[in-house]
Amino acid sequence: MDNQNNHFLPHTQLQVLIDTLQASGYSCVGPQVRDGAIIYDVLTEATQLPWGIRDHQAPGEYRLEILDKKQAFAFANGPQAIKPILFKPSETVWKVARNSVGKLEFIPQAATETPVAILGARACDLAAMGIQDKVFLAKDKTDVRYKQRRESLFVVAVNCTYSSNNCFCVSAGTGPNILPPFDLVMTELDGGFVIKSGSERGLLILAALRLKLATNLQIQDAVEAVDVAAEMQTKRIPFDNKRELRDLLFANLNHARWDEVAERCLSCGNCTSVCPTCFCHSEIDKPSLDGTGSEHQREWDSCFTSGHSELGGKPIREETSQRYRQWLTHKVGSWFDQFGTSGCVGCGRCTTWCPVGIDITEELAAISGESNLWKKSHD
Amino acid sequence: MTDVYLPHPAKIIARTQESSTIFTLKTKFIDQKHHPVTFLPGQFNMLYLYGVGEVAISISSDGSDPSCLSHTIRAVGRVTKALQTLQPGDEVGIRGPYGQGWPLERARSKEIVIVTGGLGCAPTVSLINYILARRKQFGALKILQGVKHSDDFIFKKQYAKWQQNVDTEVYIAANLAGPHWPWGVGYVTDMIQTLALDPGRTIAMMCGPEMMMHAAIHALVNKGMQEESIYLSMERNMVCGIGHCGHCQYGDLFVCKDGPIFAYPTIKALFCEKGF
Repeated sequence: MDNQNNHFLPHTQLQVLIDTLQASGYSCVGPQVRDGAIIYDVLTEATQLPWGIRDHQAPGEYRLEILDKKQAFAFANGPQAIKPILFKPSETVWKVARNSVGKLEFIPQAATETPVAILGARACDLAAMGIQDKVFLAKDKTDVRYKQRRESLFVVAVNCTYSSNNCFCVSAGTGPNILPPFDLVMTELDGGFVIKSGSERGLLILAALRLKLATNLQIQDAVEAVDVAAEMQTKRIPFDNKRELRDLLFANLNHARWDEVAERCLSCGNCTSVCPTCFCHSEIDKPSLDGTGSEHQREWDSCFTSGHSELGGKPIREETSQRYRQWLTHKVGSWFDQFGTSGCVGCGRCTTWCPVGIDITEELAAISGESNLWKKSHD
Repeated sequence: MTDVYLPHPAKIIARTQESSTIFTLKTKFIDQKHHPVTFLPGQFNMLYLYGVGEVAISISSDGSDPSCLSHTIRAVGRVTKALQTLQPGDEVGIRGPYGQGWPLERARSKEIVIVTGGLGCAPTVSLINYILARRKQFGALKILQGVKHSDDFIFKKQYAKWQQNVDTEVYIAANLAGPHWPWGVGYVTDMIQTLALDPGRTIAMMCGPEMMMHAAIHALVNKGMQEESIYLSMERNMVCGIGHCGHCQYGDLFVCKDGPIFAYPTIKALFCEKGF
């Protein structure tokens, strides 16, 4: 570890970090408690953070509990990742004006919002952003609005020091230790954060904070705190998220498990909404009532809807079993062929937010015959 | 940086009703900078209708008029049903061309069999005209088209014209034939069975319903053709045209950017697998 770069940000100075980011032109977004969950929203005061709050997650279950210790990032994650900031749930792609004789004029739309600084991005979230980059920043096929937001995004990543029961980033190969790219990365201890920069602009912000260097003990404590999060994980993804999953799934397209999981699956699409890598979207037109213009919008879509595969008025995937199979064979299967990586980052959101608690690791275990639980030495 | 999603206005300069539900729109871009239009036979465009939305349609013109593009459309979905109400003078939006075209380089000096069913003939019009415009570069051309009912037969004049070319054979069959139907009765596969072909020197290109293509592939392989010499045009729900929206995925492939034309071995593993 580059110890020279490690500083210590006391909890009492967290507000200074927020103020400095705002003064640099960013709109800060950070975790906050809302409707019984931890979500990301505009953050102006450090007091808005979920101090002393921890999430308890299980398949189909999410609840918050109050801790004795006062840390701001004692939780694992909420339903959102970075995805909604860069790939908007709904946005206008372009507008078209129509004059009285029907002449059309297409008007491009730039991303107009203030650049965002996200405070509290997790290792899984950053891994997911890297995967979505492969979709929307593809050469010759770049989504200009995504690119604009992505380039201006300032990432303050926070290492996890706790894992929920649904986390499996260790097995997925994405965490809990945060890997670049980030601008700043922090690890929370009692009393504050060990913080270091990972980019030029991160370095500038860090310098403006005028912090003391972290002590060797603080640095050591930070390393151990993240190790604790890794140790806590009880789940793993079969084949540790490797390409073998692809071959396994495509060799088992008629496995009995697809019908079995379809008995439970509601085809609601929650898993695809909370998945930080799912990128499917549909396009819709919203014409004005006076007929002078229309907004061409896109919004998140899900392979669990019948419209997703509709062709000539009929869906290709009529059955829930076919839709679940499409999702899973893509997520941890054909994703490897398309983007050179698994589409799963081990965040566990699909399992937590599934209303019937379908566990992706359990489904893969059923098909692979490999356990989805770590065999811990102390068990 | 240009926005890859932005359509360009184009004016409809002619409309042809090909059958009761099939029509062709001939368009010209408003902005001259798009001329001459360049595309490869087999590619498609995204057509936009004001206030309704976009739809992926293959290009059916042959590029001989460099200022025009034609798209032959069947009114079957939300957008295509609305598109059929358009008349010359109306404007649409067009972006493209997208996708991989027919394997023209591989086809050079080979004999070519084109097997189509229903509206599958539309994406082969530019292909056939491309070949006929460079007749000496290719071997014998055999065009097979099957329709459900003789009333569904479109491009009558084009087929008659193609038939006049040297070394060019045209075979057409309807499952159900109405009165005065001058062509055959039966399936595409019936025509393949009686077709004289040199399997080692032939390349096949097909477009149509998947079950029809499935049967046609078997008939061609039975005649000794290699699977890697058979190319198919696939159809899936294409919303964006550039591999972003996820709808047209076919296993590891995006039909919009990896296709719509595929060599058969590329898609064989999932071909006709229900749910893909």
